Amino acid sequence: MRPALEATGLGVRHRRTWALRDCSLSVPAGRVAALVGPNGAGKTTLMHAAVGLLRPALGSVRVAGAAAFVAQDKPLYESFTVAEMLAFGRRMNTRWDDAAAAGRLAGLGIPLRRRVSGLSGGQQAQVAVTLALAGRPDLLVLDEPLANLDPLARHDVMRSILGEAAGRELTVLLSSHVVSDLADTCDWLIVLNGGRLQVSGDIEELLDDHLVLTGPGEASAAGTRVVAASRTGRQAGLLVRGGPPLDPRWRARRPGLDELVMGYLRSPDSAALPHLTRAGA
Amino acid sequence: MIEFNLDRGSGVSTYLQLVHQVRQALRLGTLRPGDQLPTAREVVESLAINPNTVLKAYRELEREGLVEGRPGMGTFVRQGVAGATLAEHTRLRRGLEAWVREARSAGLDQEDLRALFSVVLADAAKEGAA
Repeated sequence: MRPALEATGLGVRHRRTWALRDCSLSVPAGRVAALVGPNGAGKTTLMHAAVGLLRPALGSVRVAGAAAFVAQDKPLYESFTVAEMLAFGRRMNTRWDDAAAAGRLAGLGIPLRRRVSGLSGGQQAQVAVTLALAGRPDLLVLDEPLANLDPLARHDVMRSILGEAAGRELTVLLSSHVVSDLADTCDWLIVLNGGRLQVSGDIEELLDDHLVLTGPGEASAAGTRVVAASRTGRQAGLLVRGGPPLDPRWRARRPGLDELVMGYLRSPDSAALPHLTRAGA
Repeated sequence: MIEFNLDRGSGVSTYLQLVHQVRQALRLGTLRPGDQLPTAREVVESLAINPNTVLKAYRELEREGLVEGRPGMGTFVRQGVAGATLAEHTRLRRGLEAWVREARSAGLDQEDLRALFSVVLADAAKEGAA
């Protein structure tokens, strides 16, 4: 199957510095992909390049079909009513499913006559997502869709995005700072750090591929590849790829998604990318 | 109809929790042959989990022969998949309780009981497979 999103040797420069360098990744269709990394990692840059909002200096990025993008600041006109936002979307788009959009808003209990400024943060997010979906995209790209929302609104917004992905062939790429929001919701992980791609892969496979080891500081990690290491006194804690380790003094367990992400972010030189997976298998 | 719920702190993967809950419902008779499982979209919208997680769980249940997917209609509990009824459960439980009392009076402790039970269960599984 053709990947929904494919980047090859992608490089983007902001003035003199590289916002994104040598980024090659491929997200299969129908996935819900999480894009994580610290501020300035290149997340927004990658999303902008994917939906064609900026031109790469090097390499290429391709989307199979149409892409829709929801920027972080929920791009809605505060003084418009919800109905006016819909009319605006209808006139600005060649592909537009008005009935689906209106039905979706009715299902969410968002009144069409209400002004955008009178909606809660969660409702504004839902309207922005609805407008993006009304264009019938094949790829939905969301920059921090859950930022500034309370836990209940986060849950509601996530439910409705995932419901859409379950209802039809839709690939989702969303960025977030909060890894715990992503553990049950996403099935593909992309980690960016300092403009470089560190991880891209199926979350279950990545977790199966890694171990958290705890044991005496002098124990050998032979038989594994160390991703990140930390030490407290005589105790060592490692995140490793492959294994199990030969040294029997280690206690090993499967990492959680947050441990995997933190391990890589703490060690910018480590990487888990598809071609390495194949070489190691 | 079954309604799924998640124990997010349990450490058991989400897809396995869904599989376990269907198996459990079949055992207890809350799900019966011909019953429909909720659609992937319904599960996703109630639990906010990844759609592929639900599909994976349903594929696993299909592989075990417990449910079948009917294209365009949904996923249904297969005919002939009958868990023990509640009455049978109660009867078997009484039998097991009597056995536990007997083993206790013969001097076996909790650990011994578990070990014995697992051995018998494993042997029975082997015979079943042969």
